[in-house]
Amino acid sequence: MIEMLAVSKSFNTGKPNEFLALDKVSLVINRGELTILKGPSGSGKTTLLSLVGCMSRPTSGKIRLHGMRTAFMPQGVQSELLDISSLPERFLTEIRRSNFGFIFQQFNLVRGISVIENIMLPAYPTGESYGVFRARATALMEHFGIARHIHSKVEWLSGGEMQRVAIARALINGPELILADEPTAHLDSRLSREFMNLLADFRKEGKTVLIASHDPIVYADPLADRVIEMRDGRIVAGEPG
Amino acid sequence: MTQFFSRHRNILDFAIASLLRRRLKNLSLLLLYTFIVALTASLIFFVQALKREAALLLKDAPDIVVQSLMAGRHDLIHVDNIERIVAIRGVTEAAPRFWGYYYDPVFAANYTLMVDRELAGETGSAVIGQGVAKNQRISEGDIFTLRNSANTPTLLTVKKILPYESELLASDMILVAPEDFALLFGFPAGFATDLAVTVANPRETVTIAGKIAETVPNSRPILKSEILRTYESIFDWRGGMMVTILFMVILSFVIFAWDKAAGLSAEERRETGILKSIGWETGDILLLKFWEGSAVSLTAFLLGISAAYMHVFFFSATLFAPALKGWSVLYPAFHLKPHIDLYLLATLFFLTVMPYTAATILPSWLAATADADSAMRS
Repeated sequence: MIEMLAVSKSFNTGKPNEFLALDKVSLVINRGELTILKGPSGSGKTTLLSLVGCMSRPTSGKIRLHGMRTAFMPQGVQSELLDISSLPERFLTEIRRSNFGFIFQQFNLVRGISVIENIMLPAYPTGESYGVFRARATALMEHFGIARHIHSKVEWLSGGEMQRVAIARALINGPELILADEPTAHLDSRLSREFMNLLADFRKEGKTVLIASHDPIVYADPLADRVIEMRDGRIVAGEPG
Repeated sequence: MTQFFSRHRNILDFAIASLLRRRLKNLSLLLLYTFIVALTASLIFFVQALKREAALLLKDAPDIVVQSLMAGRHDLIHVDNIERIVAIRGVTEAAPRFWGYYYDPVFAANYTLMVDRELAGETGSAVIGQGVAKNQRISEGDIFTLRNSANTPTLLTVKKILPYESELLASDMILVAPEDFALLFGFPAGFATDLAVTVANPRETVTIAGKIAETVPNSRPILKSEILRTYESIFDWRGGMMVTILFMVILSFVIFAWDKAAGLSAEERRETGILKSIGWETGDILLLKFWEGSAVSLTAFLLGISAAYMHVFFFSATLFAPALKGWSVLYPAFHLKPHIDLYLLATLFFLTVMPYTAATILPSWLAATADADSAMRS
């Protein structure tokens, strides 16, 4: 479970161009739920995702994670209540790579290297054996029907295939939470629906999914457990502000 | 521990895959880098090998050479002084040496003529250095002429050509019988060019040299260690001259490498952002850049060192020959014996590998400290 308590995030603090992206947002995301953040550009969806995903720290407020796997906690102990608001970068990174899988709007694949290398990227610094995570990457490629592209460079793939590579990469470290930022922005309607079907599978597997999108195919999908509407850095519908 | 090695191996693996993406850029950088290392290493190997060669050749040189001075100018020394010198306690032997420079206007070369006591009685015979043989295009058994003090030609038959090992210093050497030497230079009887003194205990050399200076009026004793030092400083000076020239090349490379390595492209910045967003720490990215830099610089170092070794020891340092060779007046074409000083190799390693690796890491560090969410906003 993820708990946000009066979380604010401002950029360029103290400068004339200071900008408040999130304004005292409180939110609870339950384990195994598919939650969709909807709202126009600049409403704070991406900022909220990056805070939940331990990519940045809030300017004020608290973010608590429940039941996360962390290497810096004693072995076998799952953190019951971990306040990540002021953790150093090293710990945030550790939580991020062990617990979260990210799917970005632009897919954010590394050009020039093969599909399988892209998928394995998040696993390289974990210290896990190469053979083990390569086998996992191969299995994911089979699962998503892109195994024939194993040695192809990512730039040779179609938009739909690129996204499946991005999803496989998000899953390589076996995350509990999937965070997706405008995942259908570059997909046509058919591929967007296919993507939603894949998310349905994640939910069945018990994974928590949080999506930021202003695509009706995503936020109008009946699979969503909850749709939270945001505007001007605040939650305006779907969750008590 | 396994996890530690796996992490390094995996990141190194990715570093190599990453380098191979920009084949042309990295290959051109590697080639230039290798060239610079090869040039610098060649210079170091060459100067070291020359110094070592000179030291080996001089190991049989007399402990002290006594010259006579006439108002500060080198003059012929009277052989009567030998008795006085031998009388000094600690002196094993003192022998006269007869030598002088000879300019050959036909071949436009300077030779060093010297008396070889083994040739005594064999007038008309000469032992010559490789340079003289090549210059005059003569070999054993051939006859050549030198103009004597009476301005008439003296005929000399080549008895032997000096061995290859002594080529560095003896390339321009012509060894003749004492009688021929006296005839060629009109050398007065009872005099020698200088005296070669052998000392029983090398620790006493300085003391004995002091005593010689007191005993023989107007004499100048020169120690073997002083000759060695002169050789070393001459080779160092020649090496320094090349370093000055190389400095410009190295400087150009540093600017080139800094531009290539330090200036992260927009694509590289984007990739750094992606890696951070998918769970790479700043330290992981620095490790990646470290391995990328090390892969290039270590490869360049090893290739450069190997090329330098080949250049100096197999191809006689063809590139440097005009500037560095020629202690003797004829340029000797000789092969140096392979010898590598590990200390110098380590110095070269730190001078070439470390700056490049640092140049690749520093800008990446600046890019890698950016927030991980930058990739989400790109």
